[in-house]
Amino acid sequence: MLNQGTMTLIDLANPTRFLALTARVLPWLAGATVILLAIGLYQAALAPDDYQQGATVKIMFIHVPNAWLSMFVWGVMSLASLGTLVWRHPLADVAAKAAAPIGAAFTFLALVTGSLWGRPMWGTYWEWDARLTSVLILFLMYLGLIALWRAVEDPSRAARAAAVLTLVGAINLPIIKFSVDWWNTLHQPASVVRMGGSTLDRSFLIPLLVMAIGFTLLFLTLHLAAMRNEILRRRVRSLQMMQASRQAA
Amino acid sequence: MSLGPYASFIVTSYLSAAVVIAVLIAWVAIDYGSQKRRLRQLEEGGVARRSGRSATDFK
Amino acid sequence: MSALAALIRRDIRIALRVGGGALIGVLFFLTVVVLMPFAVGPDLALLTRLGPAILWLGALLASLLTLDRLFMADQEDGSLDLITMSRTPLELACAAKALAHWLAAGVPLIVATPVLGLLLNLDMLATAAVALTLLAGTPALTFTGMIGAALAVTLHRGGLLMAVLVLPLSIPVLIFGVAASQAAITGPLSFGAPFSILCALSLVSFVIGPLAAAASLRHGLD
Repeated sequence: MLNQGTMTLIDLANPTRFLALTARVLPWLAGATVILLAIGLYQAALAPDDYQQGATVKIMFIHVPNAWLSMFVWGVMSLASLGTLVWRHPLADVAAKAAAPIGAAFTFLALVTGSLWGRPMWGTYWEWDARLTSVLILFLMYLGLIALWRAVEDPSRAARAAAVLTLVGAINLPIIKFSVDWWNTLHQPASVVRMGGSTLDRSFLIPLLVMAIGFTLLFLTLHLAAMRNEILRRRVRSLQMMQASRQAA
Repeated sequence: MSLGPYASFIVTSYLSAAVVIAVLIAWVAIDYGSQKRRLRQLEEGGVARRSGRSATDFK
Repeated sequence: MSALAALIRRDIRIALRVGGGALIGVLFFLTVVVLMPFAVGPDLALLTRLGPAILWLGALLASLLTLDRLFMADQEDGSLDLITMSRTPLELACAAKALAHWLAAGVPLIVATPVLGLLLNLDMLATAAVALTLLAGTPALTFTGMIGAALAVTLHRGGLLMAVLVLPLSIPVLIFGVAASQAAITGPLSFGAPFSILCALSLVSFVIGPLAAAASLRHGLD
């Protein structure tokens, strides 16, 4: 052991130590999430109406954090995939697998709130707007990744395939974003109020930041808890294998 | 606080966020309970980890 | 009867568990529909007009491509031999397998239709019409597609061969499915006529599909 006093990344490679750390950290993380989200919601409720969009601007406080998380979670999964492929860190694929459904849920929320925000402005729930369309493609990629995790029974084999797909996705996402923007300007959509096009006033920016940090903490809480579940699920799996091989012998 | 003519859209978006997050939390909590229960059942069935420690003991 | 019920339960459980492909069909459906605007442009008026056709094409491809594995997995683990040798008539066993496949892979497509209708700017009436025609038409797709799956498993060739065999057979279903949904949205035809023909096609396929699939399994497997 390199250093007994501090918790290093190498110590965390031991799932039992990771579980112990999770059990200690989780309540604090959950508490911080609740406090920040409560402050954020209170400030969002007090925020003034936008001169152009009226009260619908309140949807921004919930839409933007989810859109931010949809990308942030893919970033977390990409880092974890590097951990799987390059450093073969034992917890990396657990982290990647646990993040995927949570990321898909936040991306789904970004889509739903985006289309609810668009309805008063566009007159339809869905407009093939460049940003929303990019988020939709990201959502499809999340679903594909979850399908890949579910298609292979052996977790460690699924982990490598999913890691390759996640990294390819991370490289491809900017290209997709660029092509969708190009496609959208090519077709000259009807003039709509661009979301968040103008510079944000401080009265919007502060609640937005608080909400974004609150949602990020919410993701971290859920992610840690889901990782703990995934470790336990693998223990169940290996114990079941031992039981089956003992019965066969 | 008045929400203007589009109050239903604002309320719906906040509600949908609350519902999805509640489902996520419930999924994580229920999954945790069921994995621990299955581990306990396996250990009562006499299957032990190679390290000899209890699988659910990590506090 | 209980043997057939057991077969249906088993097939649905296999399709929904880890490694089963039932929900991938819905994802494929979603992806195909999302691709369309990139090809034809984001003009909502145009998408509304093409909507029923896009949804039907997507559902057709999704329900046929998932059929590929209908008999293949059973042949790999040997349970297909048990099914052919059992005392239950093979025709009924085939029908049970097709029903299970439709429940696991076809019904989710219909459930997903309203969401996709939203993306294509279809209104409530149009979405309901498409969903109703899919409900009446996708069983026909599954039951005729089963013939192709049975042929493919006896020839040990899957995938594209099956699609090439089955897609021409599904043209009538496509014609009357899209016609019925267009009739409900724009007219001038009445909804009733094409929809009754669509239902009739489904009913005919319930008879022909299991008979032909069982025949090709009997002659092909040796």
